[in-house]
Amino acid sequence: MSEPIQLLGKAAVLETLGDHAAVQAIVAWNAEALTDAKFDFGELTLTIAPEQIRAACFTLQGAGYNFFEDLTAVDWFPRSPRFQLSYLLLSLAMKQRVRLRVMLEEASPAVESITPVWAGANYYEREVFDLFGIRFEEHPNLRRIMLPDEWKGHPLRKDYPVEGYR
Amino acid sequence: MANPAGMPVLEPAEGARDQHMVINMGPQHPATHGVLRLVVEIDGEIIVRVYPEIGYLHTGIEKTCEAKFYHQVVPLTDRINYLDPLANNLCYALAVEKFLSLDIPPKAQWMRVLLAELSRLNSHLIWLGTHAMDIGALTVFLYTFREREDILRLFEAISGQRMMTSYIRIGGLALEPPLDFLDRVQAFIRTLPEKIDEYSNLLTGNPIFRNRLKGVGILSAADAIALGVTGPPLRASGVDWDLRRDMPYSGYENFEFNVPVSNDCDCWARYEVRLIEMRESVKIIQQALDGMPEGAVKADAPKIVLPDREKMKTQMEALIHHFKIVTEGFAVPAGEVYQGIECGHGQMGYYIVSDGTAKPYRVHMRYPSFPVLQALEVMAKGRMLADLVAVIGSIDIVLGEIDR
Repeated sequence: MSEPIQLLGKAAVLETLGDHAAVQAIVAWNAEALTDAKFDFGELTLTIAPEQIRAACFTLQGAGYNFFEDLTAVDWFPRSPRFQLSYLLLSLAMKQRVRLRVMLEEASPAVESITPVWAGANYYEREVFDLFGIRFEEHPNLRRIMLPDEWKGHPLRKDYPVEGYR
Repeated sequence: MANPAGMPVLEPAEGARDQHMVINMGPQHPATHGVLRLVVEIDGEIIVRVYPEIGYLHTGIEKTCEAKFYHQVVPLTDRINYLDPLANNLCYALAVEKFLSLDIPPKAQWMRVLLAELSRLNSHLIWLGTHAMDIGALTVFLYTFREREDILRLFEAISGQRMMTSYIRIGGLALEPPLDFLDRVQAFIRTLPEKIDEYSNLLTGNPIFRNRLKGVGILSAADAIALGVTGPPLRASGVDWDLRRDMPYSGYENFEFNVPVSNDCDCWARYEVRLIEMRESVKIIQQALDGMPEGAVKADAPKIVLPDREKMKTQMEALIHHFKIVTEGFAVPAGEVYQGIECGHGQMGYYIVSDGTAKPYRVHMRYPSFPVLQALEVMAKGRMLADLVAVIGSIDIVLGEIDR
């Protein structure tokens, strides 16, 4: 197998993948909101400023990324910013994916809900809220989904032990 | 309604019309296919709201994965969707192989396709049997489980396990399939189309089955896309999308098959789409059998793939590699990958974040049954309570993959 292409940083991605539909749409909408980008293992990741995520999703939905596939979070404890949200969008027409990344600080992590863009994000946002404790503003029903309502803590955080809890 | 012979008409009491009843369906209910609890608000027998309450099976598999070596995660994946085990193995293996840029030998790829399709047949057979049983056609259940037993015997022949196979590993397959395996698959495939006809004869013309499914559980294409519905329910809503064809993986681009699509958007359409899909799976397996390449079933990567048992016991090098992999695992380059595949229920995906060590930093599984539950209310609203059973059956959920 040939050596896979790896592009790290906003400048490198803009230069080489400037004609990628997602890159074009984001740059045309608001190049400032794109804080970082990478192309690694054949997958494009665009880092979006946290307060712009809903608008970015609307933009990409308009650009043909019509299917919301996945949302999850990563806890980079003890690094700062601590939390990463990964949104995965799929275009049924162009047959390609793009990942949006949002980095959040440890103190009261919150981001706008994207349920107005895709109603299907509802459960995924509840799952992230439940297991990571990241809040989604204007979510229609932000409650725990996997764990009981009275559960304490957020199990997928790195400072939550795998065993020996309680 | 007409009022014959001047019978007194009983009007409901003041305010009674506004009162809805809330009932719980499940978590222990045979028609929910597992421990799913539905809080249903009904007006008479008409459904006003459906609120799925999940998490009864949550075992924190994603958290467990973070404490395992990459190769130790494989047996965990079986346990998520236990009706389609090899698709789970395949999806995870492909995701890790994306990190490692491994060259998978052709025979391993074709075997993977063959096994993934057998696994899909397994999943569809269980769906058909249980769905028909929910509707009241008990016989089909016995028939489909007869064929499912054959598939489980095939799984047992290759892996020693009927359900939790863990047969597809990072870098190929766990071991060579037994010598008569392909003949046994061929014998099974030869008779399966007749058996599918048999199910179809029992159900397609059955007026009760027809009336319970036709026009029930309407899900428009726009709603299906907005709610993240994938797989047969998406195709039954008229969206022509199948990852096997549109974003091929594991050599699916070498196979010819049709993707059934229906524009009826109801439970009946989902039944028809799945039935055709079973026939297409048979075609794919036949092609895999006809063109099965010769060669190894494991990639040539001694630091990642466990050596054969025989070599491990006779060669020093192989023993060292075996020891290293088992005790220390293998490091994977830092980064993040997502690999999606089309499993029996829809689009499955593994998102793996690596920090460059031998254990995954984060593993997230995207399973098709999770988002499809959100569509339940759209499909059941305004219908009779009994239709809810038909709708749940038609979306084919596995609670193991919802709760993880």
